[in-house]
Amino acid sequence: MSEVLLEVNNLKKYFPITRGFIKSKVGDVKAVDDVSLFIKEGETLGIVGESGCGKSTLGRTLLRLYDATAGEVRFRGKDVLNAPKDQIKELRKEMQIVFQDPYSSLNPRMTVSQIVGEALVEHGLYRKGKELDDYVVEIMNKCGLARYHMNRYPHEFSGGQRQRIGVARALALSPSFIVADEPVSALDVSIQSQVINLFTDLQRELNISYMFISHDLGVVRYISHRVGVMYLGSMVELADKNALFDNSKHPYTQALLSAIPHPDPTMKRDRIILEGDIPSPANPPSGCKFHTRCMYVEDICREEVPEFRDLGGEHFVACHLAK
Amino acid sequence: MTKLLEVKDLKTYFYTDDGVVKAVDGVDFSVEAGKTIGIVGESGCGKSITAMSILRLIPDPPGKIVNGEVIFEEEDLTKVSDKRIREIRGNNISMIFQEPMTSLNPVFTVGFQIGEVLMLHQKLSEEEAKKRAIEMINLVGIPNAERIVGEYPHQLSGGMRQRVMIAMALACQPKLLIADEPTTALDVTIQAQILEIMNDLKSRLNTSIMLITHDLGVISEMADHVIVMYSGKVVEDAPIMELFKNPRHPYTIGLMASIPSLVKEGQRLETIPGAVPNPLYLPKGCYFHPRCKYATDECKKAQPELREVAPGHKAACIRAEEVTR
Amino acid sequence: MAEKNIDLKPDNINVEEKSEIEQEILTPWKLIRRKFLKRKPSVVALIILGIIILAVILAPLLTVHDPYELNMTNTNQPPSREHKLGTDELGRDNLSRVLHGGKVALQVGIFAVVIEVILGTLIGGIAGYYGGWVDNILMRITEVFMSFPFLPLVITISAVVGVRISPEQKMYLVMVILGVLSWPGLARIVRGQILSLREQEFVLAAKALGIRNTKIIWRHLIPNTVGYIVVNATIGVASAILQESALSFLGLGVAPPVPTWGNLIQYARDMYNLQHRPWLWIPPGLLIFATVMCINLIGDGLRDAIDPKS
Repeated sequence: MSEVLLEVNNLKKYFPITRGFIKSKVGDVKAVDDVSLFIKEGETLGIVGESGCGKSTLGRTLLRLYDATAGEVRFRGKDVLNAPKDQIKELRKEMQIVFQDPYSSLNPRMTVSQIVGEALVEHGLYRKGKELDDYVVEIMNKCGLARYHMNRYPHEFSGGQRQRIGVARALALSPSFIVADEPVSALDVSIQSQVINLFTDLQRELNISYMFISHDLGVVRYISHRVGVMYLGSMVELADKNALFDNSKHPYTQALLSAIPHPDPTMKRDRIILEGDIPSPANPPSGCKFHTRCMYVEDICREEVPEFRDLGGEHFVACHLAK
Repeated sequence: MTKLLEVKDLKTYFYTDDGVVKAVDGVDFSVEAGKTIGIVGESGCGKSITAMSILRLIPDPPGKIVNGEVIFEEEDLTKVSDKRIREIRGNNISMIFQEPMTSLNPVFTVGFQIGEVLMLHQKLSEEEAKKRAIEMINLVGIPNAERIVGEYPHQLSGGMRQRVMIAMALACQPKLLIADEPTTALDVTIQAQILEIMNDLKSRLNTSIMLITHDLGVISEMADHVIVMYSGKVVEDAPIMELFKNPRHPYTIGLMASIPSLVKEGQRLETIPGAVPNPLYLPKGCYFHPRCKYATDECKKAQPELREVAPGHKAACIRAEEVTR
Repeated sequence: MAEKNIDLKPDNINVEEKSEIEQEILTPWKLIRRKFLKRKPSVVALIILGIIILAVILAPLLTVHDPYELNMTNTNQPPSREHKLGTDELGRDNLSRVLHGGKVALQVGIFAVVIEVILGTLIGGIAGYYGGWVDNILMRITEVFMSFPFLPLVITISAVVGVRISPEQKMYLVMVILGVLSWPGLARIVRGQILSLREQEFVLAAKALGIRNTKIIWRHLIPNTVGYIVVNATIGVASAILQESALSFLGLGVAPPVPTWGNLIQYARDMYNLQHRPWLWIPPGLLIFATVMCINLIGDGLRDAIDPKS
């Protein structure tokens, strides 16, 4: 089996809620609350969850784009969160991110070659000139962009092509790990599949690991090897893709899976309709955070926070009742 | 079957500085009483503009309905007076939009906004309207209706607001509900709630629904009949089972093949190459031909007509009989 | 493992690739220029302003008379072939004084705005990027400046300093006062821009790539605020010209004999001149109006052209 590339232990990211003129702290939004996971080399870990579950914050915190509140992130054994400045710069070459919004994620005043090449110059890998240009074109080609696109600006591209530019930018430093933060959610269906294929092709060719964040379970099932489900800042279930989709153990995962409208009219399933709304992450329910909407709820769920435990075969679940 | 709404050769153009955008270019379809018709297509295909044209909500200028008829209960909505169309809006035909955050007025209570429609169209008194508003809120499955009527939109979550929108749209018991991407901004578990409510109300109130979405999953759960649009034109028109079992237009087939959940494990996703054409510079002939793997020289010459390829199943492709999934 | 044949051919190479290659590359500035040129009133304004500026710069070629040259035998003349706009009460050529006054007015406007832009961008930029207590302190200072009562302050400064310096120096004093008093508005705009840009994903992406802070500011943030700064500066020139003429009209701005549109009107401010010598005050009045109007129209056009949503 391939080696563990990235390890996250008990990661927490709280955003303080402040009030009034002197900005006194009145509470925390627990965006990421005690999440642990690992990603192996060449593997895709899908992270699913509804809006506000903290999946994007998780990706950004482990890249140190946000300062973590507590916990540990190890990349190839090296401590990421406490790395000094020069080491973090080295780590940046290894860990990259692709964003959701193909519009706000590209600087409108830079050409494609500037966007892709900027980091190469910054890290002293290339100096401006023909060599840099050739390398930039090589990466662009990999991402399905042509040489003549080099001197164009982002506004001249369609959403799908912009997303390719975003991927090319992340790829420039030849990272071994990319956080893909809803990279296809803003795209039309027919364009989505182009970008998904790009991700899988690059993984096969370059052995990159992905953390693929999405709310679209169909996409995640297609692209991932293992999948984690988040609810209100916590990981509720994490398992091999097939185990998770075909034999889910957590009631939330079951409800989530049954809620997806399936594009096949002949398939009619019993749908689990969850009652009520997602509670506010600033004021999550006690005990198991899902107990307010769970149909199997028992007394223990209201009082005790369930442990994130291994049911065997690396199938992790945070539920008192799961067997 | 009785036809509740019939759209005939509808054309809505936008006159911009850069040229004429034919957002809706000769669209025909009909909605039967008590049924759900789904309109599918990618962004910019004209599906929302079609819906807005029915209620004459197109901003003019730059938009204009240049041709066609919209027959609703023997009236042509493109020709009736402004006063008459206002009577129809919200009363006989109502509409819900994608953004539940901006579709409600933040300075009025929920109860007032639902009641307002009733006072206007059904001439109810304030008291009656409030009673009716509470009933409607109960109907869309919001608990504590008595409390909710007094609340302002910002106090409600996205899913709640969309339910309020539905309550408002259905308050006057319209014959047709136009829902423009009603669940796109919502999470899956909330989407499941909303779709359930819409189906439930449809069977209880016998309302016809025109559901606009880009999500074939939502369509397959909701619609009885589907229309697929591309670049302002209808490319395929078929009953739901027939469409999914036996799609005949290469675009529909391409759309289905690019959905990850329909693809087998380990199989590469099919893609439709290129992107939706710029509406200002549409290709000659069939608008889809530059992206179509079945395209022949014939396709570049003339626009294919929407023709019946099987009973009740229409497709706008000259090779419809040959193309298969 | 057997080498798999991986098809990395892009799925999306445009079918009409050839026509796309030939397509002109639109830089952001080209795009702005193109959109600006579509706005007829702004283009007309630009042409008129161009003519005014040209006339002001080429003043020595357009008139043979020195604006300071007195001629007591030829005072208060109506327009003639020799003096196209007549002469004033000291016999100076009015056309030459109007053009020269324009030069002073435009200079004051532009220099005041240069000061405004430097201070406003710097302070707004620093406040926006660093946030926190830096932002707090700088914004409170900005508010203090915004709360200065403009006229009393100018009158006081003018009264205290004005009497000790030459008219030339007083012109520079006016520039500095106008500049120093107008930066807070711009600082607030720049701060707001930077604050919202800072949250954009491309800035986060730059951070993830390990780009230095200074480079993020210079390559990612500042270029994206330039448009707004340009628009504000343009409109700032107009308001500085107006303020200068108002001050000079009140006798608090640029002092004679240095001419400026404001003090030329002030000069002609008695009943007799107003009724019988319109050539003294109509031309500078019209020029102030036209210049300010044109600059504002250009500013409007630029704003629309720069706004990516239009």
